[in-house]
Amino acid sequence: MTKVKFSRRQVLATTAATAAALAMPYVRGAHAAGKVTVGFWDHWVPGANDTMTKLCQQWADKNKIEVQIDYITSQGQKNLLTAAAEMQARSGHDILALPTWQPNDKAAALEPVDDIMGELIKQNGDVNDTVKYLGRKEGHWIAVPATTGSQFKGPCSRIDLLKKHAGIDVQAMYPAGAEPQADGWDMETFVTAAEKCAAGGNPFGIGLGVTSDSVDGVGAFFSSFGANLVDEKGDIHARSDSVREVMEFMKRLGKVLPQDAAAWDDASNNKFLVSGQGAMILNPPSAWAVAKRDVPAVAEQCWTHGMPKGPAGRYGPYLPYFWGIWEFGTNKAAAKDLLVHLSQPDNVGQLVAASGGYDLPSFANLTKFDTWANEAPPKGTLFHYPDPYLQQIKSIAGAPAPANIAFQIYNQGLQTKMVVRYLQGEKLDDVLSWAESELEGYSRT
Amino acid sequence: MVDTATKSGAYAGAARPRSSLKRLMQRKSTIAFLLTLPLILIIASLVIYPAFYAVHLATLSKSMTKFVGFGNFTFLFKREVFWMVVQQSCIFAISAVVFKALIGFFVAHFIHAIPTKGQRKWRGMLLVPWVIPPAMSTLAWFWLFDPSYSAINWLLALFGIDPVPFLGNPYWARFSVILVNVWFGAPFFMIMYLAALKSVPEQLYEAAAIDGANWWQRLWYITLPMMRNIISITVMFSLIVTFANFDIVRVLTAGGPIDKTHVFATYAFLLGIQGGDIPLGAAVSLFMVPILGISAIFILRDVTKRGNEA
Repeated sequence: MTKVKFSRRQVLATTAATAAALAMPYVRGAHAAGKVTVGFWDHWVPGANDTMTKLCQQWADKNKIEVQIDYITSQGQKNLLTAAAEMQARSGHDILALPTWQPNDKAAALEPVDDIMGELIKQNGDVNDTVKYLGRKEGHWIAVPATTGSQFKGPCSRIDLLKKHAGIDVQAMYPAGAEPQADGWDMETFVTAAEKCAAGGNPFGIGLGVTSDSVDGVGAFFSSFGANLVDEKGDIHARSDSVREVMEFMKRLGKVLPQDAAAWDDASNNKFLVSGQGAMILNPPSAWAVAKRDVPAVAEQCWTHGMPKGPAGRYGPYLPYFWGIWEFGTNKAAAKDLLVHLSQPDNVGQLVAASGGYDLPSFANLTKFDTWANEAPPKGTLFHYPDPYLQQIKSIAGAPAPANIAFQIYNQGLQTKMVVRYLQGEKLDDVLSWAESELEGYSRT
Repeated sequence: MVDTATKSGAYAGAARPRSSLKRLMQRKSTIAFLLTLPLILIIASLVIYPAFYAVHLATLSKSMTKFVGFGNFTFLFKREVFWMVVQQSCIFAISAVVFKALIGFFVAHFIHAIPTKGQRKWRGMLLVPWVIPPAMSTLAWFWLFDPSYSAINWLLALFGIDPVPFLGNPYWARFSVILVNVWFGAPFFMIMYLAALKSVPEQLYEAAAIDGANWWQRLWYITLPMMRNIISITVMFSLIVTFANFDIVRVLTAGGPIDKTHVFATYAFLLGIQGGDIPLGAAVSLFMVPILGISAIFILRDVTKRGNEA
């Protein structure tokens, strides 16, 4: 029965406090919606990171979210170590840039992104089969294909040397601003040109090592011959006729490559072109960009174009990067929104421009930015880099094997090792037996 | 009376633990333990925990979801490449340690023979390879061996000699990684042996000279026995470090060509970090632990025995 009496001051103070508490969620401070942490790939092109930071900051300001960005280098596989450590610790960034095979490898810890990929495909056009193969698991999108870091490793040829040694006019075959006239650009023409250029003192610079450039190039040749070591079901076909056929082709090609090609890393082919020795390499336009800065006379003679056609089709090595969201991330909704923002056509265009045309978006409608048409010297040198007429099948070494097996084929450089073993005198049957045994080991779970 | 007795008993009970704690804190062993506690904690968190965690990882399936016991090891035993890695690691470690020990031994003798005044600068210069971070110095070696622009090949070409594929040919590549490891590690042996040489009493040599011992006899009967312990410990230490080498092989060849220069650490990195199979990588890296552990026990036991005899 005790009565509690409120004074006028107490009533006013209580009312004010209650109103403030109720209104709190609707007050938007500078970072009212929290914080998103991102680990992006540290771009090798100076200034490219700045554009990325600018785009993220625009989004952050608009949404009142704090964005913290770390640029993680791929030198010394630092990005792979970071991804492995964050997955183990179940802690780290909300978004992490994941190279080619990492989404599938880390799928168990990634947030599905079917919702935003559906929208992005509707808006930007479909993505190629290689992106679907690498970015999906069990029918779900597990990562968003990134503009930054995605690249195509088609031929970058010396206009003058191919004309001089092999009589091939690459500019006529792949004219700037127009559809390719490359029906005759097949594997026979390619290997004959390699032989002629080697005889003329300017070999093709294709590596046979175990790093990405070598594996991608040789993998595309295997695909062009239909030489799939393992099929979609996981069955091994290392002794198929098409594998034997591509091995003979690679032996013929390998004989006219630089004698140390087996020891090449991802810098070797770039140096080979920039030094003026090589008539062709398989690489994104980074080598050309270095030549433009250091040896303009070489850059003026470079032309990036499509791969030769093989018995199974015209396959080109495509190496996409992805942006994944950890399922243990603390701000997943905001992380998805940021990835949608970065995949808007205007923003993709800015990222492509900042990379000097190196970055290659995966969406079909985003292959005709002015950057590729305008880059020079010579003008139009990068026009065919994004395959604007979609005449090549974007492929990845190891596909179409189940991703866990294909990843090991790629990572261990199985195809390049097969070629080197054959080149160094092992019998073909012995090489194929060895490859079979390796493939059996790769399928462990 | 009762009250008083109880109180005095309570005081006595309270005083005893305080004094025993005081006594405990005054013990030398307690102080020593407390002083070493930070180090023990660091070793426990940075060495013992990761070591046991690696053992735990090595017993998991590829997806790290189930316990497979020795499954990863039995899988490795069936792989041709793994046995090649075992063989190469042994070739790499044993040949590199032998050459490092021999070079270190002879260079230490040369330095020891130099008058004391000029010794310091020679010691300093010869230690340079050992004090440069190996990842950096190996990069310089990589440029010397570079597939297309090798400085060594440029020199050879001046004498009309064909270029040598230092990193492209499996055997030359093995030679190259061993050479760089010897270049990097020999100064460590040199400085250890030099310290051992300086501790051999001069009177022993004087007595041997009076007995008419020649150079070889002095070396065999005085120098080597006096250096045995330091040689054993140095060789053991270097063997463990060389077996676990990563940076030289990684920078120079990354295990290639065709896996012919992989050692345990680079192969474990390839499988575990690059290949996403962390349990298998852990199994590779743990493979040598028992072998090295047992050899370390024997060597150290020998050293202790000789120490007791002395």
